[in-house]
Amino acid sequence: MKRLRLFVFAWLLHFKMLSQSAFDGFLAILWPLFFATVAFFMFRAGRGSAVLGPVALGAAVMGVWTATSVSASSALQRERRLGTLELLVASPTNLALVLLPITLATSTIGLYCIVATLLWARFLFGVHIPVAHPLTFGLGIVGIVVTIGSLGFLMAVAFVRSRRAWAIGAVTEYPVWLVCGFLVPISLLPNWVRPISWLLGPTWGMRAIRAGAYGGPHALLDIAACFGLAAAYVLLGVLVLGTVLDSARRRASLSLT
Amino acid sequence: MKGLRVFFVGGLISYRALFGFLSLWIFVPALILTPIFQILLFAYIGRAAGVGSDEFYVIGNAIQYSSVPCLFAMTQTIADERFWQTLGPILISPAGRLPLFLGRALPVIVNGLFVAAFSLFVGGLLLGTTLDGATWARLAPVLLVGAFSCTGLGLVNAAIGLRVRETAVLSNVFVGLLLIFCGANVALSTLPGWMAVISRGLPLTHTIEAARAVAAGASLASVRGLLGREAVVGLAYAALGVAMLRFFEQQSRRHATLERV
Repeated sequence: MKRLRLFVFAWLLHFKMLSQSAFDGFLAILWPLFFATVAFFMFRAGRGSAVLGPVALGAAVMGVWTATSVSASSALQRERRLGTLELLVASPTNLALVLLPITLATSTIGLYCIVATLLWARFLFGVHIPVAHPLTFGLGIVGIVVTIGSLGFLMAVAFVRSRRAWAIGAVTEYPVWLVCGFLVPISLLPNWVRPISWLLGPTWGMRAIRAGAYGGPHALLDIAACFGLAAAYVLLGVLVLGTVLDSARRRASLSLT
Repeated sequence: MKGLRVFFVGGLISYRALFGFLSLWIFVPALILTPIFQILLFAYIGRAAGVGSDEFYVIGNAIQYSSVPCLFAMTQTIADERFWQTLGPILISPAGRLPLFLGRALPVIVNGLFVAAFSLFVGGLLLGTTLDGATWARLAPVLLVGAFSCTGLGLVNAAIGLRVRETAVLSNVFVGLLLIFCGANVALSTLPGWMAVISRGLPLTHTIEAARAVAAGASLASVRGLLGREAVVGLAYAALGVAMLRFFEQQSRRHATLERV
């Protein structure tokens, strides 16, 4: 219960803090809108307005990854800069329990992006999204936020030794948009890319959201894969974090000074 | 002679300082890898949408991405001085403002040219739209004019950086607007009329159009008009940027806000 309380409060605190930030809040919402607008114009010019619905859903989910990729990758670096990393590591609470709510808060900011992009699509491009299966749609949205937050946690842990973690996170923005099939069907990508798509939770979350909106087979399997991969990212992250912290303690290199 | 020294040496030192802070760990992901990914992203969106050719997106995005170094680097070479509290000593120095600020623009233009050319080359290799040597020779001045023009907008952004704190957000907003408006991915003929009108007043629009024409075999002389218009757009932004720098400098002196971060 104590751990759950810590988790919820940390998530809420960081969500509020990120919402106040011009970079992590305002820009994270605005940035995917630029890409969504370009995508709407491109698809409307090529295949007509009829296909804009699925495009709008993909563009909306792009924002969740945008909100997470840079902020989550640099979450530990931010604590280091603020001088709180050593305190967090030294506290009796497992660092994973502190870090995971931060990365989940960054992906929760993505909910703003989803709403903003869908409203943008509705009022500027006249895109109407029918939600055929509200429960599947809702679970898909929750799944994508959770799986992206968990992937962000894994990235935060993986880049803990880097001062430039945000730059590494930023470089993953377009590849994940592409490989997870947000705007481009995965079948259009080279064959060798497909296994990478399958290993990324957002791929399955995107499929579940589209199935929730337009109907489609295997939606429950998509949702299960989305949450299953999220759990795998967290588990892997916790294991890596333990190793990394041991190494940092042994070498006294936590602060990277 | 002193002005020339401030222009060339001062500009170079400022730029080296900028990337001294930024390091290769940021230069490579941000200016080498990301433009390639942007090219691939839009080329595949184009394939999925059934609009445009790979060459259309390679050229458009390689040139559009040069706005990132031009806007960010130009802005940070001035805004960082404010952040590190060194802007005051620079501004009380007797150095002329024009060589001081414009000197910082020169390495930015060269960097923008490099980013555009490198992205065009690698993006072309990956998508099988390589250009021959003669086309590259004709493209070089086109890319240079584009980088100059966008750096002009960067100077405006840098001036705003004397007043606002969130320069990174502002630079991203400009980059995003250019993505929509400058014809990198959406042909101007497809944009609504009012957007196409705005596009003509923004950097890179004419450069992208000229580069596509040159890649299709047009001579440099035949795109002279486009390059001339791009240069005029760049000069207008540069002049506006210098005027804004002067204005905000005076305002900061008057209100003692120069080093407020």
